[in-house]
Amino acid sequence: MSDSDIIQIEGLKNSFGSQIVHDGVDLNVRKGEILGLVGGSGTGKSVLMRSIIGLQQPTAGSIKVLGHEMVGKDPLNMRMVSRHWGVLFQESALFSTLNITENVKVPLREYYPDLDETLLEQIASYKIAMTDLPEDVGVKFNSELSGGMRKRAGLARALALDPDLLFLDEPTSGLDPVSADAIDALILGLRKMLGLTVFMITHDLDSLYNICDRVAVLADRKVLAVDSVENLTKLDHPWIKRYFNGPRGRAAAESFEARKTGA
Amino acid sequence: MTGSDDFSFDIEGDQLALQGVLTLAHLDSLSNKLNTLPSIKVIDLSNLHRMDTAGAWVVHKLAQENNAEVKGADAGMAHILERISQYDRPLPPEPKALSPLIYVLTGVGKNAVHVWYTALGLINFFGALLISIWHTICHPSRLRTTAIICQMESVGVNALAIVGLMSVLVGVVIAQQGAVQLRQFGAEIYSINLVGRISFRELGVLMTAIMVAGRSGSAFAAQIGSMNLAEEIDAMRIIGVSPMESLVLPRFIASILMMPLLGFYATIAAIVGGGLLCWSVLDIPPTTFITRLREVIPYTDVAVGLIKAPIFGALIAVAGCFQGTQVKGNAEQLGYCTTKAVVHSIFLVIVLDAFFAVFFSEIGWV
Repeated sequence: MSDSDIIQIEGLKNSFGSQIVHDGVDLNVRKGEILGLVGGSGTGKSVLMRSIIGLQQPTAGSIKVLGHEMVGKDPLNMRMVSRHWGVLFQESALFSTLNITENVKVPLREYYPDLDETLLEQIASYKIAMTDLPEDVGVKFNSELSGGMRKRAGLARALALDPDLLFLDEPTSGLDPVSADAIDALILGLRKMLGLTVFMITHDLDSLYNICDRVAVLADRKVLAVDSVENLTKLDHPWIKRYFNGPRGRAAAESFEARKTGA
Repeated sequence: MTGSDDFSFDIEGDQLALQGVLTLAHLDSLSNKLNTLPSIKVIDLSNLHRMDTAGAWVVHKLAQENNAEVKGADAGMAHILERISQYDRPLPPEPKALSPLIYVLTGVGKNAVHVWYTALGLINFFGALLISIWHTICHPSRLRTTAIICQMESVGVNALAIVGLMSVLVGVVIAQQGAVQLRQFGAEIYSINLVGRISFRELGVLMTAIMVAGRSGSAFAAQIGSMNLAEEIDAMRIIGVSPMESLVLPRFIASILMMPLLGFYATIAAIVGGGLLCWSVLDIPPTTFITRLREVIPYTDVAVGLIKAPIFGALIAVAGCFQGTQVKGNAEQLGYCTTKAVVHSIFLVIVLDAFFAVFFSEIGWV
């Protein structure tokens, strides 16, 4: 545990009424790493992410993001932190009344109102290009896009401010394998380019093997283990064993090995 | 990533040297200045500590426009620059601006077509509703009693307070205005005729219809519309549940059943309001008021109100549910269609009311 960690969570507790979701979650995200978060349905992966980005007030505990304490933070001070992160929501959460280009421009306009219009247009255009979307998508609306395109458009908006920290809620779910690989490659590329730190919730075992430096396992209301996938597979916990050593887990491991030796 | 967080640049001859940190935050002021530069041949990045993709974009564009050479970039920056150049593609052309005349004409044309298709859609919807009513008559067990009762509660019972209050006040206003005008002829007693007959024939039902259109017509459109957006309606169809039978028919039947009851209740409330005013201002005691009402109000007046009410109810339900099914795409559409549901149903109610006024006078129910 060090002070340079981008996200520091200590003793986090979340409950809804009598239902306790998290009880004593400790997790640190290091600068420049890609951290995957896995856990069964209903273990509160999204709740954990919402707590970190300040959309959910935890019952107890402390969360520090980029050195700012998020628990009990004044919403007005939130801008200080939120200009340094980008968030891709599970359903992309694109503004349905704005087209994709305008969606990407929203954070840019909010934080840099003096940018000139041509540059704004160009920035939006290359952000859309970065996520492998065709040019004509810019003028389309959320409702006119396929699920995979929405994901990528959401990612383009999350990247608008060149964030230091990127939160991704299931970035590859619902994508075909080719697009999923492209998203994985894009995330790796961005990290290489910008030294980005990525916190991602995912169930895509291929992503876990190929791009995550460490994986945190959320179960029994706390983070059971944080380690590389190779080391996690050796742990003796029934859920972790089932997760990584099931048929899908083994297939992902084999393809990862094949890629490594092939490369 | 050392050095200060400042950015500056120097120009020597045809060399542009960038220093410090070039990120989005520094582009606000910068892009204008850089646009006015003389032509340059070399862009020197050796004193630049850091740049993000937006900074790289500006450097890339500058180099491209001036045909300049970029030098002194470290491995990271070279990588960003190389990647960013792959994402450079021509901006889509701006849509051509139309001349005002053409713009107005296209607008009118589009609207006319839209109105035509809406009318067709409404007829289509009403036909589908009739078919599902026929199906339900053939298979009465498919009638969703629980849904109907639930809708009756929200359309009728939950509206009692607001409809009652509104009607009492309308009654008070009519009696008061009538009394002021009729006093000039010494005919205050005719306020009773005014309140009684206008409440039964027109205002009781009409005001109720407007209130129900605002409360329930909009709710129908919003409920069905948001289900439409969330693909719930499609899911129902696939499972084999008819949205007509499960969503529209209960609302339709509940509106038809509740409108006469609410309308009659509103009429009585208006008369109570009028009676209270007559009692307190004109000193007409309640017994006299009631006796006079019984003398001047023919049974046909009651019939006029009660015949209109279920028809207005049907109209409101159809307009609301139809607009709900028209919601496509986004949240703005949902609001737009909800508004249209209210505007259309109030408009149609008033048009139909005017028709009924003429019709009932023609058949001698005056």
